[in-house]
Amino acid sequence: MNYLRHAWLLNLLLLCSQVSAVEFKQVQTNESSVTFGYKQMNVPLDGKFNKFSAQIAFDPAKVANAQARIEMDVASIDTGSADGDDAVVGKLWFNAKAFPSATFVSTGLKSLGGNRYEASGKLTIKGKTQNIVAPVTFQAAADRGVFEGSFIIKRLDYAIGEGEWTDLGTVANEIQIKFHIVVNATPSKK
Amino acid sequence: MSTTTERYNNTAIALHWLIALLIFAAFPLGLYMSDLKLSPTKLQLFSYHKWIGISVLILVVVRVIWRATHRPPALPNSISKLQQIASHVVHGFLYVLLFAVPVSGWLMSSAKGFQTVLFGVLPLPDLVGKDKELGHLLEGVHQSLNYILLLLVVLHVAALIKHRFIDKDDILTRMLPEGKHK
Repeated sequence: MNYLRHAWLLNLLLLCSQVSAVEFKQVQTNESSVTFGYKQMNVPLDGKFNKFSAQIAFDPAKVANAQARIEMDVASIDTGSADGDDAVVGKLWFNAKAFPSATFVSTGLKSLGGNRYEASGKLTIKGKTQNIVAPVTFQAAADRGVFEGSFIIKRLDYAIGEGEWTDLGTVANEIQIKFHIVVNATPSKK
Repeated sequence: MSTTTERYNNTAIALHWLIALLIFAAFPLGLYMSDLKLSPTKLQLFSYHKWIGISVLILVVVRVIWRATHRPPALPNSISKLQQIASHVVHGFLYVLLFAVPVSGWLMSSAKGFQTVLFGVLPLPDLVGKDKELGHLLEGVHQSLNYILLLLVVLHVAALIKHRFIDKDDILTRMLPEGKHK
């Protein structure tokens, strides 16, 4: 009996040490996506960034230390319309020549219990930076973790759509950004 | 010329002219908007065009139901059998295109990934999934059907002119509102 109780304790210890020893930081870009949804004339459209890179360091046991940086190649945008793809890299929209990338850099991660977290960070698009807060879920199976979340930005906060496009009657101000990031775990260095 | 031509009923007349009016708006609008450079105006015009098209489709369905339940007036015997057949054929094709043109537009929108949201409030289901090649194909189909419709409308109006000015009969008054004809 004594032996069994100790074994249970030992297992618990092992489990704890395993959890703290796992850090998710190998981003699987091929399996990940950064997509967005918006409305024009109330017609819902979906788009995505075909090219982006992400650096993530996340240890479920040390949530406060989590770090994320996602960089989107603006010119790789797919707006869901061929007409739109050509126009949208232009000066009035993203001005991709002057601002080739949009970045998200995390400033903090808070556990909300279970697999739910709240990420905060700075989103920079077209040279304009805004603080954002996004709910995130993290699902891990063995050494593979998936971050998923979405948040809404207002395009005019970033001057996305200038001139005639500031009209919000055609293209709505709200853009929902959705991310799905697959990260594999590596044993963290002690 | 003493024949008193039986008229279509008022509902049929209203539907005919309402649909005609909408098509006369949607057709040039479609031609104009396609070549526009992307702008808020272009997006608005596309939506208006789609709303008009779906309105035509709804009215055509109502019209076909109305016609099926209300016998249209028979053509007078003064018109030759051959001409009567020609008239029925052209009218038959017109009905087919009144239906096929908006449906092809709806299909094309779906394939191109732009859902139709009627009057900006009522989202209609996408008839096919997003598919670039299919979208391109359906664009061609929509255009071709429109030119066939144009041709039929030209025939329709040519027949009207022939009856009015050559045959000098009052057949066209069958489709005019009451009191508007002698």
